[in-house]
Amino acid sequence: MLPSYLTMAAILFCIGLYGALVKRNAVIVLLSIELMLNAVNLNLVAFSKYGDVPSLTGQVFALFAITVAAAEAAVGVAVLIALFRARGTVNVDEFDEMKR
Amino acid sequence: MDQLTKAAWLIPLFPFAAFLLLTALGRSYRLAGVLIASIGSLASLVMSLLVFIERLGPNAVDYSGDSYKWIGLGEYTLKIGFEITNLNALMLVIVTVVSFLVNVYSAGYMKKDERITVFYGYVALFTFAMLGLVLSDNMLVFYIFWELVGVCSFLLVGFWYAKPAARAAAKKAFIVTRIGDAGLLLGIIVLFWYMPGHALDFSSIHNVFTEGQSGTITTTITTSIALLLFMGVIGKSGQFPLHVWLPDAMEGPTPISALIHAATMVAAGVFLLARTFDIFEASAAAMHTVAYFGGFTAIFAATVALAQNDIKRILAYSTISQLGYMVMAMGLGSMTGGIFHLFTHAFFKALLFLAAGSVIHAVHTQNIHEMGGLGSKMRITAWTFAIGALSLSGIPPFSGFWSKDAILASALEENPFLFAVGLAAAFCTALYMSRLFFIVFTGKSRLQQPAEVKESSKVMTIPLLVLAIISVGAGFIETPWNGWLGSWLTDGAEDVHASGAAIVASIAVGVLGIYVGWLMYGKGSIERGAAGAKMPWLVHLLERQYYVNEFYDAVIVKTVRAVGKSLNAFDEYVIGGAVRLVGVTAGAGGRVLTRLNNGQTQTYGLTAIIGLIVIIAAIVGRRFW
Repeated sequence: MLPSYLTMAAILFCIGLYGALVKRNAVIVLLSIELMLNAVNLNLVAFSKYGDVPSLTGQVFALFAITVAAAEAAVGVAVLIALFRARGTVNVDEFDEMKR
Repeated sequence: MDQLTKAAWLIPLFPFAAFLLLTALGRSYRLAGVLIASIGSLASLVMSLLVFIERLGPNAVDYSGDSYKWIGLGEYTLKIGFEITNLNALMLVIVTVVSFLVNVYSAGYMKKDERITVFYGYVALFTFAMLGLVLSDNMLVFYIFWELVGVCSFLLVGFWYAKPAARAAAKKAFIVTRIGDAGLLLGIIVLFWYMPGHALDFSSIHNVFTEGQSGTITTTITTSIALLLFMGVIGKSGQFPLHVWLPDAMEGPTPISALIHAATMVAAGVFLLARTFDIFEASAAAMHTVAYFGGFTAIFAATVALAQNDIKRILAYSTISQLGYMVMAMGLGSMTGGIFHLFTHAFFKALLFLAAGSVIHAVHTQNIHEMGGLGSKMRITAWTFAIGALSLSGIPPFSGFWSKDAILASALEENPFLFAVGLAAAFCTALYMSRLFFIVFTGKSRLQQPAEVKESSKVMTIPLLVLAIISVGAGFIETPWNGWLGSWLTDGAEDVHASGAAIVASIAVGVLGIYVGWLMYGKGSIERGAAGAKMPWLVHLLERQYYVNEFYDAVIVKTVRAVGKSLNAFDEYVIGGAVRLVGVTAGAGGRVLTRLNNGQTQTYGLTAIIGLIVIIAAIVGRRFW
C-alpha cells in the first residue's frame, strides 16, 4: 500500500512545485504551495500508518503541519492583498523588488 | 704611533658624506656642491697621505680594524671590517690623489653643465665605493664595493643620457662587466665553500694559500677559484675578450674617463689580482692563463690604438693595453711590477685624459684629424700631454719607463715569448702616442674656427701640472738599482728584477716608435697613407677594432635577442593567453549569472530546485558508481 500513497504524494508535490514556479497569478502560486504542503502531509500520514515503525506521532505531526499551513496561508493572502493594494496587480512577473 | 691607521675607516666616509650632502642639497647649489665634493675628497687625500706616511715607518704591521659583526649563522660569523696593508695604503694614495685632482679639474670642465651637482655627487659616491673596495678586509665586502663602483661607472658613463650613444655605452659597460662579475661571484662562492671555517677575509686566504699549507685545498680547486676570480678581473680591467665596453665608455665626461676608466676602477681588477695573489701563485696553470691573457691584451689593444681617430678612443685602447701589461706582470709572478705600473699608469694616464679633455674643451671635437697645430695655442696642455706621452711610451726618466722596465725585466727572466710580445706592444705604444701627439699638437691647424682656441682656465691646468710632476717623479720609488717599492710591498720577499738587456731593449723600441711616428706624422718623410695603400685590409681591420664588436653582435647579441624574443612570445601567448582565458571565462560566467538575478522569486526558486537536483544526482550517482 505504501508505494501508491507515496506515488500519489510525489505527483501532488510535483504539480504543486510546477504551479509555484510557473503560474503567473500569485493566488494560484499560494494554492500550489498548499498542494506541496499537503503532499508532505500525505507522506507523514502514510509513513505513520504503513511505515517500518508505525506510530501516531506522524499523524499528530500532520495535524501540526495543517495548522501551520493555515496560518501561512492567512499570512500569505494578507501579504498578497497588501501587494495588490500597492501595485494594483497580482501578477508575479511584476514583483521584482528583490532585484534592487 | 698608528693612531691614524686605526682611524683609516674614516677615509671613505668623507666622500660619502659629501655625496649625501650633495644629494640632499639638490641642483641649485652649484658652487657649494663643487666645494663640498672637493673638500670631501681633499680630506680623504690628507688622511690617506698621513696613513701612507705612517706605513713608511720602520715597525708598520698590517692592521685589521675593528670588525662589525654583520651576519651570524650558528658558529659562522661574517664581519665587515677594514684592513691597512702597504698595498692598500698605496692604493689609497693613488685613488685619493687622482680623485681630488679630477674634482678640481671638473670645476672647469663641467662648469656649464646644468647637472654639475649631480655629477659631483656621483663622483663622490664613486670615490667612496673605490676607497671602500681598497680598504675592505674580506672578499664579500670587497665584492659589494666592486659592484658599487660598477654602478657609479654606469651612472657616469651615461651621465649625458640625452645622447643615445651614451645610453648604449652605459648599458654596455654595465652588462659586459656583469659577465665578469658573475665569474667573480662564483669564485667567491667556491672559495667560501672550500676555505677552512668558510673564512673569506684576506689574511685567512693568505694563510691558507701560501706554500706551507697548500695541501688544504687541492690544486684543481685552487685553479678553478683563481680562474673564476680572473673572470672578474677580465671584466673590470677590460682584458680581452671583455674589453669592448671600455672604448665605448668614453662617451662619459672626460674627467670620468680619467678617474674611473683610466686610473682607479679599471685598475681594481689588477688590485684584486694583487690582493688574492697567493691563490694565483698556488696554481701554475692560473698564472700562465693570466700572463697570456695579459700579454695578448697588451699587444692586441696597442695595435688597435694605431688606427683609431678619436682622441679618447686611442687613450682608451692604450689603457686596455697598459692594463694588459699589469695583468701580464701579475701572471709572471711580479706583483711589484704590476702594482708599480698600476701606480705610475694611474698618474700619467689620468694626466693624458685630463689633457685630452682640455683639448676637447677647447676645440669641441674628438676627431684628431680635425685638430692640429694646437701646441702653440695651448702650451701647458701640450707640454703636460707630452710628458704623459713620453711616460707612457717608456722613455727615461719618466715614470712609465721604470714600471714598464720592471715588467719587461721579469718577463725576460720568466718567459722570453711574453718579453717579445711586451716589446712589440711597447713599440706600438710609442708609435700611436707620437702619432697622436704630432697630429694634434703640431702641423697646420685643421680646425673649423681656429681663432677661438685658447688655453683652458687655471682650475684645469693646475691639476695637469701636478700630475705631470708626479708622472716625472713617481718612477724613482722602484728602479733597477733600488727595489724600495718591491721590498716594501712584499716585506722583502721579492727581489729587484734588473736586466741590462731589458733596459736597452725597452729604450730602443720606445725611441724607435717615437722616431717612426715623427717621420710619419711630424716630418712627413714617410707617406702617411703608405701602410694603408699597401695593406688596406690591415688598416681596415685595425680601424674596425678586429671586428670584435661586430662578432659579438652577430654571435652573442643576436642569439640572446632571439632567445629573449622567443621567451617574450611564450610569455605573451602561452602564459598571457592562459591568464586572459581565465579572465574571459570568469567574465562570461559573471554575465550569465547576472541574468539570473532578475528579482523574480520564481527564477530564484527554479535555480534552487535545479541546484537541489544536481546535488541529489551527485549523491545518488556516487552511490551507483
